[in-house]
Amino acid sequence: MNSAQIEIQLIASLVAIACAIPGTFLVLRKMAMISDAISHSILPGIVIGFFITHNLNSPLLILFAAFTGIITVILVEYIQKTGLVKEDTAIGLVFPALFSIGVILIAKNANDVHLDVDAVLLGELAFAPFDRLLISGIDVGPKALWIIGIILLITISLLIAFFKELKISTFDAGLAASLGFSPAIIHYGLMSVASVTTVGAFDAVGAILVVALMIAPAATAYLLTTDLKKMLSLAIGFGVLSAISGYWFAHWLDASIAGSITTMLGLIFLLVYLFAPSKGVIAVLYREKQQRTEVSLLTFLLHLKNHNEEEERHVNHLREHINWQKVRAKTVLELALKNNMIVIDENIVSLTKKGNTFTSKAIDYIITNEDTQIEDMKDDFFLFRG
Amino acid sequence: MLGSFAVLRKQSLLGDAISHAALPGIAIAFLITGAKDTNTLLLGALVSGLIGTFWIRGIVTKTHLKSDTALGLILSLFFGFGMLLLTFIQKQPNANQAGLDKYLFGQAATLVESDVWLMAIVTGLCLFVLLLFWKEFKLLLFDADYTKTLGFNTKFIDVLITSFIVLAIVLGLQTVGVVLMSAMLLAPAAAARQWTNSLATMVLLAAIFGAFSGIFGTAISASQNNLSTGPVIVLVASVFVFVSFVFSPSRGLLFKQIRFIRNRRDLQLHKTLAFMHNIAETHEDISHPHAIKLLNNFQGYTRKTLKKLVEKDYVTLQGNMWSLTETGFETAANLYTKQTTEDE
Repeated sequence: MNSAQIEIQLIASLVAIACAIPGTFLVLRKMAMISDAISHSILPGIVIGFFITHNLNSPLLILFAAFTGIITVILVEYIQKTGLVKEDTAIGLVFPALFSIGVILIAKNANDVHLDVDAVLLGELAFAPFDRLLISGIDVGPKALWIIGIILLITISLLIAFFKELKISTFDAGLAASLGFSPAIIHYGLMSVASVTTVGAFDAVGAILVVALMIAPAATAYLLTTDLKKMLSLAIGFGVLSAISGYWFAHWLDASIAGSITTMLGLIFLLVYLFAPSKGVIAVLYREKQQRTEVSLLTFLLHLKNHNEEEERHVNHLREHINWQKVRAKTVLELALKNNMIVIDENIVSLTKKGNTFTSKAIDYIITNEDTQIEDMKDDFFLFRG
Repeated sequence: MLGSFAVLRKQSLLGDAISHAALPGIAIAFLITGAKDTNTLLLGALVSGLIGTFWIRGIVTKTHLKSDTALGLILSLFFGFGMLLLTFIQKQPNANQAGLDKYLFGQAATLVESDVWLMAIVTGLCLFVLLLFWKEFKLLLFDADYTKTLGFNTKFIDVLITSFIVLAIVLGLQTVGVVLMSAMLLAPAAAARQWTNSLATMVLLAAIFGAFSGIFGTAISASQNNLSTGPVIVLVASVFVFVSFVFSPSRGLLFKQIRFIRNRRDLQLHKTLAFMHNIAETHEDISHPHAIKLLNNFQGYTRKTLKKLVEKDYVTLQGNMWSLTETGFETAANLYTKQTTEDE
């Protein structure tokens, strides 16, 4: 591992952290697509900035780009406020228009400079270490590192300073407003941070990766926790993890670093999406199946309670009567047995005392339709705990 | 163009997501076949676009993540993966790889005759299916639950619509490119929405708007050097949207503003009249003259409103004094009672 490799990984990790912080809030505020819009629409800002400064390295460029990012947000909000179209349509209308302007400007005027759409959209991390920042002739490290480092510092200090405000306004805008925080200021503040981060990061990693780094770690973390602080730190962790593993993956494949970091993010998300303990797809499917069994059990017990005749309670008859398949009937029977709800005596099923009270309670619950009661019931009978 | 399908506006940004998600499909199709045949590449794009769409659907229904997050996620992840594959392909010793990235930004000028035929066929197919399932589409769009209770196979219809959107997008990719495809999908529909409330008219209008922006865009880009077609088309479409927003008769901003001002003026007039009525009520003779100054402590009064009241024969002016006429008093009294009954 040489110094360039370390630097690349450092930059990638810093970008990941810087993106994960505003990204978390964007995901929570249901504005994830805004980051996509910003990352596209900063293009005209960069182009115009370039025309004014004629220097691709000028910090003014970042300023202009961030400015167009904010303009995008304002435009989207304005269009949305007119009530003519919904928010997502507004986003979908604004950013392609701005992006087109950018592309046309480049095509018309900047053909002969190093500024093409691919570079803007895709970025190339591999070259980042070659672009050194020289302060009075001394090499102090890659420029991208400094830019993203400064942005990260600002973001973190803002986060710490306004954590409470951000938290309240994200989860309860009304409360925040009544407590005297202006939701507008926080909103635009967050948007500005998001757009500055996008601009600062896209130079190094490209616009698409910025979007991925903003949304994917936050979304992944959101599947695992509902605590804001934990979500933030998890998002940062995922970001850094995929940045570093993505780099080595790219190194091994000899392909685009940005692309492989995104792929790693995708893999991590896929894993969490499938296996997250309470919100993953498998967990959800399992829970759904369990609920189905619960309902079946209830139906079964009710049936028993309603019929005193022996032939109605014969095991084989039950199967026909409630119209279950063999396996399902067996599962339900076993569950009931295990919980001491029923006794089977010479193939005649009858309710135990416990089963009887349970069923009465269940009927109560169905009649009153109060969720709290079923929770009590589960506690009372240790029903679904193995 | 195929803009008319975009009327399914509840999935506005889906277009954007799909167009990005199609990229890995193109790359994989190329990796497998090793040839740059348009049809296979499009097939790959179609498949990966569909996978992306259904994954988005899965995320939204199975987890608590919101649709915007799911869209952004799939969009960027698929695109990133596609980029990885593209750069991987570029390193391969295969001379055929050049031009794959044309799909990214699109170039209408590179279309050959067979592509156009393919597009025409797909457009025809879309139209046919649209007409065939018109009733079902419409129902599903506005009242999904009702459709289900009627016994339609909602899932099938849903999948059908989605597949056709994906198909349309994938075809459009060649012309305007990944980034701008969403605008092609959205802009005509959003513009058409402003002019009508009927789905049929809207689809028709969207198709017309789309076609016009295509024609104008191409014409403009052909007339100048160095102008790529896609962005120009999108800009033309955006102009359509803007014009529709501002000038559409019932929903447009311009007419809304005019209506708003007119309403405010009416209200002010009523306020002044009501105030006058209040004063006049205290006198036995309703046309007893009062000084205009009396009205000054209250905001709704301007010289203009006074004049208007005179025009309507509610008030007579004599120098600095005003007095209510018979009709004016009557109207004001009615106004008051009408308002109170409305309030209750």
